Amino acid sequence: MSSTAITNPKPKFELKMGVATREAYGQALVELGKVNPNVVVLDADLAKSTFSAKFQKEFPDRFFTCGIAEANMVSIAGGLALAGKLPFASSFAVFLCDKGYDQLRMCVAYPGVNAKFVGSHGGISIGEDGPSQQSVEDYALMCALAGFVVLNPSDEFCARALVHRMAEHVGPVYMRTGRPKAPIIYGPADTFEIGKAKQHGSGRDAAIIACGLEVGYALQAQAQLADEGINVRVLDMHTIKPIDEAAIAQAATECGAIVTAEEHLLDGGLGSQVARAAAKSHPVPMEFVAIQNTYAESATPDQLMEKYGLTAPYIVKAVKAVLKRK
Amino acid sequence: MSTLTDASPATRSESIAELKRRANRLRIAIIKMIGAAGSGHPGGSLSEVELLLGLYFRVLRHNPKDPNWPDRDRFILSKGHGCPALYAVLADAGYIDHSILGTLRKLGSPLQGHPDKRFLPVLEANTGSLGQGISVGIGMALAARLDKKGYHTFVMVGDGEIEEGQNWEAAMFAGYHKLDNLTVIVDYNHQQLDGFLKDILDPAPLAEKFEAFGWRTVEIDGHDLEEVIPALESARAETGGRPTCIVANTIKGKGVSFMENNPEWHGVAPKPEQVAAAVAELETAAKKL
Repeated sequence: MSSTAITNPKPKFELKMGVATREAYGQALVELGKVNPNVVVLDADLAKSTFSAKFQKEFPDRFFTCGIAEANMVSIAGGLALAGKLPFASSFAVFLCDKGYDQLRMCVAYPGVNAKFVGSHGGISIGEDGPSQQSVEDYALMCALAGFVVLNPSDEFCARALVHRMAEHVGPVYMRTGRPKAPIIYGPADTFEIGKAKQHGSGRDAAIIACGLEVGYALQAQAQLADEGINVRVLDMHTIKPIDEAAIAQAATECGAIVTAEEHLLDGGLGSQVARAAAKSHPVPMEFVAIQNTYAESATPDQLMEKYGLTAPYIVKAVKAVLKRK
Repeated sequence: MSTLTDASPATRSESIAELKRRANRLRIAIIKMIGAAGSGHPGGSLSEVELLLGLYFRVLRHNPKDPNWPDRDRFILSKGHGCPALYAVLADAGYIDHSILGTLRKLGSPLQGHPDKRFLPVLEANTGSLGQGISVGIGMALAARLDKKGYHTFVMVGDGEIEEGQNWEAAMFAGYHKLDNLTVIVDYNHQQLDGFLKDILDPAPLAEKFEAFGWRTVEIDGHDLEEVIPALESARAETGGRPTCIVANTIKGKGVSFMENNPEWHGVAPKPEQVAAAVAELETAAKKL
């Protein structure tokens, strides 16, 4: 079975806040730009928000703002990749994936070019700007593009490392980043591989499989459940596709129950990927923490995560529900 | 099918008269390919023949013996449904064997229904969802500029295709960035699937639109090689730092009287008796060339 590394066996209930994963993306782009002259960065008038502006400042000749024209940007990235460059194109996740979808399919996935895409402000935690800006379907859209790798890092260390893994991987990759500051879960010594989950704790009552900001909530739920004598493990599934089937099989076999948690619509997201993997290897009862077939609204990120059922207490509730079905 | 077209390799030394005879043979090949496939797009394939000949036999810097030559000019057929003409020209130019032309649209063929690099690596891009080729060409033109390479990128779009909004995002970008190593050729045959442009969504005036976006434009008769070749060559000359748009007036279905200017032949394959009639007409026309 999986040799998934086990870290943080005793998670702290309170997590210290770090920088947003979008800011970590900008930092990593600059690191990449210094070592790889082939990296070219594109943005669609959101460079200050996606943090690709950090790259623009350091390497203005290798940065192109495409204006508010995402479809054109995605196809240009495809052309750059066909001509041997290593393009990273970013915008808000909802505009990049939804407005650029045919282009992501035709100019990137279908020919299988080596281009990278980063959608910031993923999920509802963007907050006050409301549903037009909130990407709640990007995992599903991007997982449905053949050959794409789909990532959502949980914290700045994970994000920074995964940007480098994106550059090393040959083929199309999408990464979601978030607007708010993300809790610090890892340190500079932690390593990350595409398609390899990070396991926190080794509890055997249930497994919580989460990605992005939900990993922080999952770790809080894990601590609360431990106080109640329920021992769960948390898997940070930073790679939604290709999903870590070995880690899921191990979790299903050893725990006998799974809860997934994601800042995404229930349909077609992390829960679907995990359920498929578990059904194939070792079917177990599952519960799904996700946005339930609706669009959210304007409010603070914390208010929205609470109202739409994505915070730690909802994960605790889901674990207790799944335990009854074991 | 090896006798479909002349198998001599690409050469820049052919006279205009020889190129005209080649255009005639290519049209016969296109009709036979689509007829054998039982599906495809004859109208827009026949309209672009001289434009492709001008590129592959005179203007493109390319080497069929070294298709991955990094400094080669790029050509993208954004109107991907016109690929039978491109495949026939690639065969004449020496990129692919004439014997595979008859496999168009058949299982496992390199000659997919729309251009697909996975099956035919000498193609520069996958196309078929209209409106994206100019943007891909911009990516290549930017890469040439960044890498300080002298290659030129040519993109052929359909006039119906130009209705897609992404073309105008791309036109704005290329004009603003003064991409003088990019040329767009509009196959202006005045028809699209459902009928005539004027009855659907007329993009006229085309040249004026591109000029407003900062492009240099040239309007030509897209079937007259003596206009096509200088227009293509001029795109690489001094253009005042502007990308070039060649508006090539063409006739959809050119060379086959019952297909010319009949939108019914946008995406329908000729039946065997229609193939025979079209070939007979083209062979008769060849005697006058």
